[in-house]
Amino acid sequence: MHVLVAADWHVIWQRIFHPGNVFARALWATVYISVVSQVLGVALGLVAALMRMSSIPPLRWISGIYVWIFRGTPLLVQIFFIYTTFNTPSFHFGSLWSIPAEATTGILALSINEGAYMREIIRAGIDSIDRGQMEAAKSLGMRYGLAMRRIILPQAARVIVPPLGNEFNNMMKNTALIYTIGVYELFNDADQNYSAALKSEYFVAVAFWYLMLTTVWTFIQAYIERRLAVSERGEELSFRERLQAAWNPTAAWFGSGRR
Amino acid sequence: MTDVVMHAENVHKSFGKLEVLKGISLEVLKGETVCIIGPSGSGKTTFIRCINHLEKMDSGRIEVNGQLIGYRQRGDRLVEDSERNIARQRTQIGMVFQRFNLFPHKTALQNVIEAPVHVLGVPKDQAIGLATALLGRVGLADKVDTYPGKLSGGQQQRVAIARALAMGPTLMLFDEATSALDPEVIGEVLSVMEELAAAGTTMIVVTHEMGFARKAANRVVMMDEGLIIEEGTPEHFFEAPRNARTKQFLSKIL
Repeated sequence: MHVLVAADWHVIWQRIFHPGNVFARALWATVYISVVSQVLGVALGLVAALMRMSSIPPLRWISGIYVWIFRGTPLLVQIFFIYTTFNTPSFHFGSLWSIPAEATTGILALSINEGAYMREIIRAGIDSIDRGQMEAAKSLGMRYGLAMRRIILPQAARVIVPPLGNEFNNMMKNTALIYTIGVYELFNDADQNYSAALKSEYFVAVAFWYLMLTTVWTFIQAYIERRLAVSERGEELSFRERLQAAWNPTAAWFGSGRR
Repeated sequence: MTDVVMHAENVHKSFGKLEVLKGISLEVLKGETVCIIGPSGSGKTTFIRCINHLEKMDSGRIEVNGQLIGYRQRGDRLVEDSERNIARQRTQIGMVFQRFNLFPHKTALQNVIEAPVHVLGVPKDQAIGLATALLGRVGLADKVDTYPGKLSGGQQQRVAIARALAMGPTLMLFDEATSALDPEVIGEVLSVMEELAAAGTTMIVVTHEMGFARKAANRVVMMDEGLIIEEGTPEHFFEAPRNARTKQFLSKIL
């Protein structure tokens, strides 16, 4: 308790209510790195899932080795390996948004890692769809790709989206790791302020900002899931019920103790 | 021989060590309704699934409208055809499944227009016109915007029939289309099938409904243990079957 009483509340207050430009850049970096990495991770996971279900054995093996390695080694090790091995380009979109080279490295590492987790989630989603759906689509003259896109994946999405939302929650927090390769994001910003003032309150303030991001995401996730709800199967839950489920203490306790 | 729609020759198929089809040969003419009956495990369903290549066969050949299905002739051997060609061949073979297999995320109308629009490239408004007419024909004009989950089994199966018909198939396959239905709704599906038969649709029907076979079939085929053991008109079948196993089967089921 002593520590809390002695806390420099002014620092926390300033960081939360009067964030400066530099901070805003760091917050934006965390957001876009999370979103881009998650989108690429889903795409990679989809490709790997389809490879896993392919009738061509080498494709299945490649997919298996990919998941084996990237789920079986620490993300931080992967980040350092990719940082020290590959030269990544920087990207510039007008004067408003540019992605520095080290952020590209971070995105690369995060999305490759994420793809390994997404593969399992997407595969489970596709597996959950009755085999008769693919047969019906084929009997109507649909080819594999069309049947996947129009029939199987839209149904699998309902199974995929809830765990995908949890993945994104993890992703936003995992972006803190790429501070180690010099990406200027939320945690890096906090650490630099800490180094200058040696006040651990900066970490309290940054924790608050991460909490804001994940909380906003909880609302967005509940909204998306409601839109996808299976109205035709009578399984629709209200927005409030979904939020309750998301905040259910037992779900928080047992639901995502993965990393 | 232009009026032969389906021609099967010596079709063999095994699942592992179990030989389910031991040489099936069958010809179905244009406008004919052929019912395939027989005890479960006799290979009826496997055979009908071979006709649109949902099941690969081990040997033999199946032609629909003179076109080899699922395979290409290479010298004296058959090799599996490309996915593109198989898909194109399936567009002319409609199939109705035991468990309906409607797309649950699409309404009745969307189920019916899906393949015409995205496979055949029919303009959407034209497809909607056709689908509305077909749903009317199966008695579901008031259910076009309903999702399958809100339809009874009989209604779902009628949507499935409309969905298959929307492709304008030259051959319709029914794989135990009424076996998963509650008794009180079997009639509504059978009457749609009877109408189709009467309108001259070429149909191959795997069924346990002897009443339907008697009323609507031009020909009845009895399968047992992977072979066709008797074939003839409904009159012949239900009044004077020759084969002992046919007699035994019919006495059990009638």
